[in-house]
Amino acid sequence: MSTPWESIVVGVALLGTMAAYALFAGADFGGGIWDLLAGSTERGERPREAIDRSVTPVWEGNQTWIVLGIVFVWTAYPSAFAAIMTSLFIPLSLSLLGILLRGIGFAFRHEAKKLRTQQFAGVLFAASSFLAPFFLGAAVGAVSTGRVRNDHHGDVLSAWVNAVALVTGALFVATCAFVGGMYLIGDSHRRGDEDMAKYFHYRTIGAGVVSAVLAFVNLLLMHGDAPYVFHRLIGPALPFMIVSVAGGAFAFVLVVLRKQFALRIATGVCVVCVVGAWGFAQYPYLLPTSLSLAEGSAPTAALLAEFAVIGLALLFVAPAFVYLYWLQQHERLAVTEESDVLEQAGAAENRLARTAPAPVGLRLATAVVIGVAGVDIAREGLARLRRLRRDRTYGPGIRRPRD
Amino acid sequence: MTPLLLAAHDVVPARSQMGASLGFHIIFACFGVAMPTVLLAAHWIGLRRGNATALLLARRWSKVMAVIFAVGAVSGTVLSYELGLLWPGLMGVYGPAFGIPFSIEAIWFFVEAIFTAIYLYGWRKLPPWLHWWTGVPLVISGVLGALSVVAANSWLNQPGGYTMSHGRITSVDPWSVVFNKATPYEVPHMILAAYMVVGFTMAGVYAWGMVRGRRDAYHRLGFLISFATGAIAAPIQVVFGDTVARVIEQQQPQKFAAMELVAKTHSHVTEWLGGFEYHGHVYFGIGVPSFDSILVGYSPSRKIIGWDSVPVQDRAPLPDLIHLAFNVMVAVGVGLVVLAAWQGWVYWFRRTVPNTKWFLIPATFAGLGAIAAMESGWIVTEVGRQPWVVYHVLRTSDAVTTSGGVPVTLVFTIVIYAVLTGVTVFVPMLMGKRWRASTPPPPDDPDDAPRQPPVPLGSEQPVG
Repeated sequence: MSTPWESIVVGVALLGTMAAYALFAGADFGGGIWDLLAGSTERGERPREAIDRSVTPVWEGNQTWIVLGIVFVWTAYPSAFAAIMTSLFIPLSLSLLGILLRGIGFAFRHEAKKLRTQQFAGVLFAASSFLAPFFLGAAVGAVSTGRVRNDHHGDVLSAWVNAVALVTGALFVATCAFVGGMYLIGDSHRRGDEDMAKYFHYRTIGAGVVSAVLAFVNLLLMHGDAPYVFHRLIGPALPFMIVSVAGGAFAFVLVVLRKQFALRIATGVCVVCVVGAWGFAQYPYLLPTSLSLAEGSAPTAALLAEFAVIGLALLFVAPAFVYLYWLQQHERLAVTEESDVLEQAGAAENRLARTAPAPVGLRLATAVVIGVAGVDIAREGLARLRRLRRDRTYGPGIRRPRD
Repeated sequence: MTPLLLAAHDVVPARSQMGASLGFHIIFACFGVAMPTVLLAAHWIGLRRGNATALLLARRWSKVMAVIFAVGAVSGTVLSYELGLLWPGLMGVYGPAFGIPFSIEAIWFFVEAIFTAIYLYGWRKLPPWLHWWTGVPLVISGVLGALSVVAANSWLNQPGGYTMSHGRITSVDPWSVVFNKATPYEVPHMILAAYMVVGFTMAGVYAWGMVRGRRDAYHRLGFLISFATGAIAAPIQVVFGDTVARVIEQQQPQKFAAMELVAKTHSHVTEWLGGFEYHGHVYFGIGVPSFDSILVGYSPSRKIIGWDSVPVQDRAPLPDLIHLAFNVMVAVGVGLVVLAAWQGWVYWFRRTVPNTKWFLIPATFAGLGAIAAMESGWIVTEVGRQPWVVYHVLRTSDAVTTSGGVPVTLVFTIVIYAVLTGVTVFVPMLMGKRWRASTPPPPDDPDDAPRQPPVPLGSEQPVG
């Protein structure tokens, strides 16, 4: 059974959404991880503030990519969705819990006044930044090993408690730290805060080394445990892998040399290509090797409807997202409390008395309009009743016969 | 009552879970739909008239909105998990049609998330009016999001726009899936309900403050802006709802029969207010002879289809519950219109809030009433459609999951929703407590100041 092209288009859109999630939410989770590792309250004050300024205005938008991704899987590949939801119920619930706790942490963090509550909210936010990418990574790893099967009889534990899945989870965490570090280096430079840029430089190098090692280990493990994906990764998907590794290596060199040029682009290429490589390595399977794209796709009509969704996303979501980042990168979004507008208005308000009632003429006019309308509605109702009675007596639509 | 018991052991836990989740989520969803409008109204007044109190309200509301939005996002995600887990018979077969409105909803949700962030963090640095405009996409995407999700529900009531062969959907017309026969009335009915819920709930917070004696300009303005939103929506809703009931009588006579306790098809049908049906008789209800027929067809001799027209297994279960829910919805709606009229009258002639507990205490609970009315409305729609999940196409008992473990996930979801409810209630309460502590008491409301000698009517001049 050949794979319908509509299914491939939606699949590519899904991969694009996943890549966007990996990049944006990855940077976002990375910020949380660096927040957690920033040390004691006094020592970590400056980096935490820098992270807060960079992450807080954009986190909600970043996290929403996953909703779009879920919707694509759900509508376009319903059987894969059902199988994934059943076998990977635990890691997915835990990642959802992570995203939820992050949201609560954010909500409390800026509202809490007491140091203790603030610390608690901060820890909640930072710890969930570990939780969410780790379990999402474990879920992706579990799918690539082929332990999530279409027959719904996959074991809810062994599907994701295995070396490949857990290492993939750890790899996701390290990559998030790397991507987040890149993002924070750029933001610190822009704000002219060279101390902070240096601070994140060292840490990003560390995260880069850990990611590279984990990626290599994962590849070795996949040789034994995820043979299908492994052979496609070093086979047809090899160009993606090479570009990804080159991008990552280039970004790493740039960080080591403390160069700003194309840093974020190189990181982006690295992440996008690794997602692409994984997607291409799974082809033509949704769940290797039990459910193919052709078998698992919704009917063509539904896939075509997803095209409309892709179109709407390009039309509305993409520009709005770019605008959000444009504002954030130009320091137009601020987390601080004071508001110039409010102060100006406060000064203006002192000159104002309260609003006065409407002039009597206007009141009279309204009363007349309401009265006339009321009478008219009543007349209309009566006429309708009369018409109904007439219809009943003489038949529908027939006028009273002239005597 | 028999049809419920027949299918009870499989369907009831799954339906309880779905009902509980939807019942929770819809409240958060209302805030996502309608709160931006209330907020922008306050913001507009603040900018246009240089009113610092209004701006302060808008700023604080925007923080509350962000919390509720985050919570609503999580509960919406839980729902999307559940649809797949609990109703494989619905999602597996009808997903290609039923899923389309949900995919579109994801787009509006995304737009909403982005602009919530821009609006929330734009207070300081964005130019004031540009900042106001960044809130407008929230209003639009809220309404469009409600359209897509409620359209999915109305598709269950009036399915169409797809062709089936060999048990699979082979072609879909997305346009007629989204704009099905029930969309034109279900969607506006829900959007109006959202505006009522949000307006009256927010007003309740300030009404309670005023009952407790905080009758300052801040509370007065906070009350008026939010109450006005609900008060404008309420009368429209009552008139519109009347039309909706008439359309239901056409499209889903079984549901209507349960709503009005019509056991046998006949003319001169009595309209029952309250009451319980037992063996064809209604007890403890107030009956208005022939009024139901008049409401439906403007004539006492209008015939109305009773539930005896179909076999027992095709009838809606629990007609008493449906009837009661319907009555609650209508009664609360009418009560809220009365309250709105009272405030409207006082505002029109005196530009203030009625200074009596007879008004303020009901106004405090108006929001809860609106929520109860909205939930009742959903009970009427959802229970009234049973035993069908897709009306006249798929039975609920055929759609439910066959794997066990539903009671486990039921507990899981109830815990999640308890946490979410806690967050939505306590975070704003905490904020409110802190706000009260951080700001000096605002100037007293001029209405509470000793009255000046009365000014002859018509001689006042608008100020400002």
